[in-house]
Amino acid sequence: MHSKKAPLPLTIAAFGTLLFLHVPMLIIFLYTFTPDETTYTFPLPGFTTKWFAIAWGRADLWRSLTLSLQVATIATISALILGTLAAAAVYRSNFFGRESISFLLVLPIALPGIVSGIALRTAMGGFDIPFSFWTIVIGHATFCVVVVYNNVLARFRRTSTSMIEASMDLGANSFQTFRYVVLPNIATALLAGGMLAFALSFDEVIVTTFTAGQQTTLPIWIFSQLTRPRDRPVTNVVATFVIIITFIPIFLAQRLSASSSDTEGETK
Amino acid sequence: MTNHPSTPAVQFNKVNRYFGEVKAVDEVDLEIRDGEFFAMLGPSGSGKTTCLRMIAGFDRPTGGSIYLYGQDVSNLPPYERSVNTVFQDYALFPHMNVGDNIAYGLMVKKVPKPERKKRVDEMLDLVQLKGFDSRKPSQLSGGQRQRVALARALINHPKVLLLDEPLGALDLKLRQQMQVELKAIQQRVGITFIFVTHDQEEAITMSDRIAVFNHGKIEQIGSPSEIYEKPATTFVAGFVGTSNLIGGELAKRLTGSDQTFSIRPEKIHVSTTEKTTTIDTITLDGVVRDVVYLGLYTRYLVEADGVDIVVIEQNLKTTSMDVVSAKGQKVRLSWHKDHISRIGA
Repeated sequence: MHSKKAPLPLTIAAFGTLLFLHVPMLIIFLYTFTPDETTYTFPLPGFTTKWFAIAWGRADLWRSLTLSLQVATIATISALILGTLAAAAVYRSNFFGRESISFLLVLPIALPGIVSGIALRTAMGGFDIPFSFWTIVIGHATFCVVVVYNNVLARFRRTSTSMIEASMDLGANSFQTFRYVVLPNIATALLAGGMLAFALSFDEVIVTTFTAGQQTTLPIWIFSQLTRPRDRPVTNVVATFVIIITFIPIFLAQRLSASSSDTEGETK
Repeated sequence: MTNHPSTPAVQFNKVNRYFGEVKAVDEVDLEIRDGEFFAMLGPSGSGKTTCLRMIAGFDRPTGGSIYLYGQDVSNLPPYERSVNTVFQDYALFPHMNVGDNIAYGLMVKKVPKPERKKRVDEMLDLVQLKGFDSRKPSQLSGGQRQRVALARALINHPKVLLLDEPLGALDLKLRQQMQVELKAIQQRVGITFIFVTHDQEEAITMSDRIAVFNHGKIEQIGSPSEIYEKPATTFVAGFVGTSNLIGGELAKRLTGSDQTFSIRPEKIHVSTTEKTTTIDTITLDGVVRDVVYLGLYTRYLVEADGVDIVVIEQNLKTTSMDVVSAKGQKVRLSWHKDHISRIGA
């Protein structure tokens, strides 16, 4: 579309920024293959894939990974339900304090994680709730709800209200209207919001450290690995793995929200 | 067309709808006959759309009752009324193709698929969109979307079809074409059509009867010619077409009563010669202040007794040259006394 070439300094700056952002990840990827376990020497002293096998055999790693996946799944599901309901309420009805609710919902993602974390921990301590799997889920849900809420609300705002009336008018009850008209219209927003929420939950460290008991989620496991220099390549293997499984949903989410906003205009 | 032709299709009994302090609909009584093409005409905020939404069930009256063929529907949800709506923005479902959009009403009622298909085809035929069933709404033009919306609303065989500013989004040419077509479709299906519009020309062209709304009340109900020829209120006289309103002393001199009356510009004749007049003619002398030649007709602004009167004269013999010289001339206005309409208080 833009036929004019960007000026050279801008091109250099853009590439520089991209390199700055992504070279560290490349380094991690590179050092998953190093035979030297403690130091980062360049060029690599050799080439080995043995760390993959070692990582594969680590039971503590598997436990953390399973826990992280479980937490992310359940936090995402609750976020999908609560976020959608909240968005529907804020969009459809005009009640007292609507703006404040909207603001309060978005707040957890804006607040520093350390503040949310300490607040949650204090509250849970105060109510004598034992730290468990569920406290982690609750911690994560606080910010996962926000991404779903934002996505779904934006979609609702682009959907014509008369569509819901049209459905009721044609004989559909509330359930049928939700099933055949509302859900298909917000489906891509739900998918995008859900994947983003999953990715956020999956790599969360700060809130988790405050809300977890004895459990170790994957990011916390990686964090604890810092104190064990001999395991460094194993950590790199895991980091690479996390990059990949985080990358896929984010990539898909972007594709989905981009393609749906393309078609949105045509329905008007 | 139904078993009880005497029952009105829609009846409003002292219907109110308040939004907080605002009386959107204020004590409205209304009867719409079976099989009628009925227009609710009025400026925006006059309550016409609220009335339509209350018939559909999207809105509930604050007070009073609404009857549909004798049944009190005031508190029924939209899906329990035999009424369907064509929305102003059409409200087609963007994720469904044309066929599925039209079949929606049957689908939610669990009508078997072969039957659905058959009736969708009938509807596509009715709105002249054969072969469009697999297109998406986004691939249709405005006029085509409107037809799909119409087919989708008619497939349930509603007793009453509601149309909210049905032609508002179309361009002039298409609008005129759809006016004729809507009327033809209504006569073919024999369903009561109620439509809301702010366009007086549209209301006059299409409907059997018109209700003129203003400030939540109905100012007048009548056939298009009744509304046009005999406006009952100042508002109707001004909103439907243009009108000369004459009151006070002048009215008393001309008609013997100081009650304000309205006279349409085209009913008045302008002449420079003193014609012999009959007893049924009302005459008034004045001076031409402004003339506009408009091809088909000429519009004069005549000042008589300090009142500005608009006159429209068809250009049967007049040429644009005559018109130019008319300015400043003394003229005599005359009209038949039956052409005036007395305006109520």
